Amino acid sequence: MRHGVARFVTGFLALPVALYLFYVVWPFAQAAGYSLTDWGGYSDRQQFVGLDNYVRLFGDELIRMAFWHNVFFLITVPLFTIALALFLAFLLNVGGREDRAGIRGVFGSSLYKVIFFFPQVLSLVVIAVMWQQIYRADGQGLINGVLIKIGLVDADNPIAFTNDPAPFLGVPAVLWWLLLIAVWSGAGFYMVLFSAAMQSIPKDIYEAALLDGASRFHTFFRITLPLLRDTVSVAWVYLGFIALDMFALVYVMTPSQGGPNHASEIFASVINFTAFQKGQFGYACAMAVALAIFTILLAALQLRITRRERIEY
Amino acid sequence: MSVTPDLDRRTLLRRAAAAGLLVTPAAGLLSACAGSEPTKSDDSGAAKSNDNPFGVAADSAVKVVIFNGGLGDQWAKEDEAIFKAKHPGVTVNLSSTQKIKTEEQPKMATQPSDVVMNSGADIMDISTLINEGAIEPLDDLLSAPAWDSPGTVADSLLPGTVNDGTFQNKFYVVNVAYTVWGNWYNEALFNREGWTPPKTFDDFFALAPKIKAKGMAPYVYDAVHGYYPRWALMATIWKSAGKQAVIDIDNLKENAWKADGILPALQAWEKLVKDKLLLPGKLDHTQSQQAWLDGKAAFIQVGTWLKNEMAATIPPGFEMKISDYWGLGASDKAPKDVYAGAGEGIVVPSKAPNKAAAKEFLRAVLSKAGSAKFAELTKSLASTKGSGDNVQDKALASANELMKNAGPDLVSIKFWNFYADLDKESSNLSAELMAGRLTAQQFVDKMQAAADKVAKDSSIKKQTRTA
Repeated sequence: MRHGVARFVTGFLALPVALYLFYVVWPFAQAAGYSLTDWGGYSDRQQFVGLDNYVRLFGDELIRMAFWHNVFFLITVPLFTIALALFLAFLLNVGGREDRAGIRGVFGSSLYKVIFFFPQVLSLVVIAVMWQQIYRADGQGLINGVLIKIGLVDADNPIAFTNDPAPFLGVPAVLWWLLLIAVWSGAGFYMVLFSAAMQSIPKDIYEAALLDGASRFHTFFRITLPLLRDTVSVAWVYLGFIALDMFALVYVMTPSQGGPNHASEIFASVINFTAFQKGQFGYACAMAVALAIFTILLAALQLRITRRERIEY
Repeated sequence: MSVTPDLDRRTLLRRAAAAGLLVTPAAGLLSACAGSEPTKSDDSGAAKSNDNPFGVAADSAVKVVIFNGGLGDQWAKEDEAIFKAKHPGVTVNLSSTQKIKTEEQPKMATQPSDVVMNSGADIMDISTLINEGAIEPLDDLLSAPAWDSPGTVADSLLPGTVNDGTFQNKFYVVNVAYTVWGNWYNEALFNREGWTPPKTFDDFFALAPKIKAKGMAPYVYDAVHGYYPRWALMATIWKSAGKQAVIDIDNLKENAWKADGILPALQAWEKLVKDKLLLPGKLDHTQSQQAWLDGKAAFIQVGTWLKNEMAATIPPGFEMKISDYWGLGASDKAPKDVYAGAGEGIVVPSKAPNKAAAKEFLRAVLSKAGSAKFAELTKSLASTKGSGDNVQDKALASANELMKNAGPDLVSIKFWNFYADLDKESSNLSAELMAGRLTAQQFVDKMQAAADKVAKDSSIKKQTRTA
């Protein structure tokens, strides 16, 4: 009997595992292999160069710059997205007036949910193209047009948005403008995620807190947030991955895919340039492998830090 | 038109996916590597003759991939008909795509197509193709007799076409479309206002206040793609400092960017920026071209594909005319040299199974009949002589006129095709100079530093030009 079960399970798993090995694991291994060569991408000639590519990586100024830009996103994307998503989820679920019906969200919360979630339905490229019009850097842009009309922006000097490398708080303005899009497009999904988690928190806990005279501020920080710890932690890891990518936004929104003048260069844009324009696939693979290692370490660290006792309810 | 950066969504998604996979990590390379079994190339066909100089086998097949961009692919179908008339037994498999690199790069090492038009935004880097030995030198095509005119194929081509396709002293790339670059203006407007198109920067600076008085900006440029203003900067450098100075730049000669005449050329542009003669805003190529068509600015610089690209939105009564890039005046070493050259390159992969038919097909593309069809269908000149003789078009005529008065040499810049690093750096710095964030002196210093860095980098294969 038990033997039969094992065969049954194996029968179902064999094909997916084989596909996974062939299409996911094997290319990973190949990429690691290529990272030790000087392969150019267009021929079957390649020479083994050992760890040369990795040594080069540490002296590469462009990669160093890209690294810090990724670190900027790594900190800000999860921070702002989660903060905004939590705030919205709280208002939509428990932020409304308490009355006979008990705890509920603000008026019209089900409509807001749809509106906030909407960006999630759009592909990132559609979002980028749409924001190109919003960020258009003359009087015909949505933001510039309005601000020029009401006199807040000088028509001779419109906001340059993603074409602006001037530092704001030490970080090029273009990165802040990209951050705004990333947060706008990501917050809706995490709002829904947090909403679901909040709804699984028993209402009597809130009611008890209300009876004791707790303000909304206190309910949020003393009850909601601690009980959402697991969900927030998972969201943080996901958003970390997104922050390490950011390729589509940089590719579509910035001048020369990482500009102006390298101000928005990130790992993915440097890899793209190195592999597809410079024709140094081997070196690009080394960058990709380094990024993968960095990502895995980060995820492991993140999950370890936030691991705590679970609260059962 | 390989230079117009129109980004189509599907290409982007594919590349985003490819790069995404690289990042997490490099799964996209699976398709790129494939096996490395050698393919036998079958060039031993029929006997070679004047009518069949490469000895195409009568019953063979040839696979042709055309870039279906601004020029469309109808012209290639006309070439197919011309080819089939001479070689009825040969099967031509003609297909067209916008995703050249996505579709052709993975096949290059093993089973490539016979003829690949390497053009568009999704383009295979030409230096890499050559360094990797992935494409075939086509010098025998140049020396073959022309399809339907006396002399060789080389004789039938417009000046610059051979030079533009030559890398490391071998002819690799057949560029089929001929482009002239320069400053565009609306002739109707200039006639109405009594303005004379400037020949030098001084003329322009004198005219600028009159243009401003009409509520127009004197100049608008593409602030998103740095390689657009780069054409203009390099043309001014060529005119001011002369051909040899640019050859030295391309050859990474020491202190090449510090040569006489280069700094003053860039200072003219710096003055144009500092004097606020640009239309405010950071527009991309089509936005800036539309602003120019809408009469917000008097001049824009770009190539002769402009008319085709903006065909849908040209206002009635607007007479677009191209004029030569401005020089600095009496001190110029090459004031009459025009920026023109052949683009839209076609290559033959080294591992193509039927190279003889591939070359024969290219001979048909460069024929008189084929190139006349090309000009008729695309409103662009072909790189074969006389292609536009029967096409009625004012913009094209102004380009022809410009070419007739051209100096002994054509402005042609190679370093951005030679070295991807310098391509990126020069396009970034051009954008910075035009944005007023760099002075001419800083531009020169930074370009010199970038060139020195490439010269010292042993992982980059060096290329040289002599002419």
